[in-house]
Amino acid sequence: MKTFNMVKALGMILCVVWGAGSQIWADTIVKIDGSSTVYPITEAVAEDFQRATGTKVTVGISGTGGGFKKFARGETDVQDASRPIQAEEVKAAKEGGIEYLELPIAYDALTVVVNSKNDWMETIQVSELKKIWEPEAQGKITKWNQIRPEWPDKEIKLYGAGSDSGTFDYFTEAINGKSKASRGDYTASEDDNVLVQGVEGDKHALGYMGFAYYEAHQKRLKALGIEWDAKGKSPVKPSEGTVLAGTYNPLSRPLFIYVNVKSLEKPEVKKFVEFYLANVARLAKEVKYIPLPDSAYTAVRERLAKLQKGTAFVGHAEMAIPIAEILKRTPTP
Amino acid sequence: MLSVGDFIVLASQNLRKQEARASRRRSIDRWFGRIGLLFTIGTLGVLAILLLNLAASGLTRIDWQFLLSFPSRRAAEAGILSAWVGTILLMIVTASVAVPLGVAAGIYLEEYAAKNKWTDFIEINIANLAGVPSILYGLMALGLFVYQFRFGQSVLAGGLALACLVLPIVIVATREALRTIPAAIREAAFALGATRWQAVWHHLLPYSTGGIATGVILAMSRAIGESAPLITIGALTFIAFLPPAPILSHAPFLSFDWLFSPFTALPIQMFNWVSRPGEEFQSNAAAAGLFLMLITLGMNGVAILLRRHAQRNIKW
Repeated sequence: MKTFNMVKALGMILCVVWGAGSQIWADTIVKIDGSSTVYPITEAVAEDFQRATGTKVTVGISGTGGGFKKFARGETDVQDASRPIQAEEVKAAKEGGIEYLELPIAYDALTVVVNSKNDWMETIQVSELKKIWEPEAQGKITKWNQIRPEWPDKEIKLYGAGSDSGTFDYFTEAINGKSKASRGDYTASEDDNVLVQGVEGDKHALGYMGFAYYEAHQKRLKALGIEWDAKGKSPVKPSEGTVLAGTYNPLSRPLFIYVNVKSLEKPEVKKFVEFYLANVARLAKEVKYIPLPDSAYTAVRERLAKLQKGTAFVGHAEMAIPIAEILKRTPTP
Repeated sequence: MLSVGDFIVLASQNLRKQEARASRRRSIDRWFGRIGLLFTIGTLGVLAILLLNLAASGLTRIDWQFLLSFPSRRAAEAGILSAWVGTILLMIVTASVAVPLGVAAGIYLEEYAAKNKWTDFIEINIANLAGVPSILYGLMALGLFVYQFRFGQSVLAGGLALACLVLPIVIVATREALRTIPAAIREAAFALGATRWQAVWHHLLPYSTGGIATGVILAMSRAIGESAPLITIGALTFIAFLPPAPILSHAPFLSFDWLFSPFTALPIQMFNWVSRPGEEFQSNAAAAGLFLMLITLGMNGVAILLRRHAQRNIKW
């Protein structure tokens, strides 16, 4: 009898909580899905938007690729993407009859990190990174002194993104010249915290991860300056300043949201996207991402106002284009 | 010809040999007991370390604010309300589909089905299904429930996916429980003119409730920790509202709209927090994990109570 009463009481509590929480049910929902890299920014915007307007927003993390599939079927209103839409996805959207706006919203800087006790290097050249990470390096490039003779005769422990992440796509394209072309004999994880722990714990480790993860652990990690031989430039360390100045290349990347044009006819979706662009600079910074320059946000808002449909990329991610140039291009549907 | 004295000498030698052998057997027996105890302690120790570890970083985080708040970008304001409500709703759907179907299938296979190749084939398949990776159930549910049946990315689709996942466990547990009932019970029922169904309903089912309940709890404990199939069918990560309430204040007083509501679940929320940059979300993840363990322990506790209750009424 006693247990039965407890069940009853629990049930009543549940109903009260539930009833209180679901009063706003009747109205529509703004549906968002896509990249886990963009997720923290969109979550922050969604949280504030829902608090400010009462409109319900849901955010999923199917990954950039998985999210685009849903977006092309018209299941979501907004798509988070850590890389530009690819040729096949453009095709899929066309087949699904989906028109979209491509809106850059912030920057991420892929950061190459080593252990803080690593005392033999501050910078690395892109060609050296390629020598380490290209598919041909598998099983061959195993020691530091194979890269530069003055570096120690010790094994390199490599940590990098798992092959399902947009980070992996972007890093391999920027460094090895081909998306998804990488050696396979390294510790791979979709969860950057695993990579952080790996590099933190090993003096001879090297890894790459999103800037936010480096920033949260910068006491125990060291970010390397990147020397892009193609441009003959001096090494540049990742920071808000270098990313904004457009000098941290080729590893800084813009993050996007894609908006279904048809969804914009719904007032709450339109309001949400406007709210997004008005607040993303502050919120991106709060969750440790790098906001775009103000002029860029003005151009993005203009793109929204004029409904300039399509993508500014011809089906693949190009490296090191300043954000101003991306926005100057006329998108092609 | 042996004299009586010789015989006594032989017998006592024999006795000593026997005793030596017996004491060796006893020592093997003792040692097995000790090794078994050691392994048991080791296994429980791992669980204890895991729990203590979770508790150390998560216990202080569990409070009303945490249980009654929605996800947030600020770790200190974030909570698991939508996650635990989602998890409980999923479990309701999963249990109300998997238990009747699984128990019925178990009864059919054990009591009704003819023992032929066809039944063997089904049996092998059920055993195999228990070992299929959970993500495949997610893919199946995505194609079948989400798109074919147009349930959408809803509690219903998620619960059905988990129900498929644990169905084999329930079936196998039901069959095992039925098998432990002495054949004499069935024969006695049939001798008194009972039909198969009467034997099942009045005798076999009540007697096997304990075993079935254990199997059901094992199945639910597996389902509650799954995230892969839920993410596949499109469970959300950020959702700051609850599904519509099942009880209305006006006629018809009951509503099933919640079945079609989008949702998230505790393992997904945990996974998301674990992979966030920085330390502050880690204690949230630990707290969510601890809460999940508490729900599982609670379910196990209920099952043990049920089993005790069921066994008390068995008299044979």
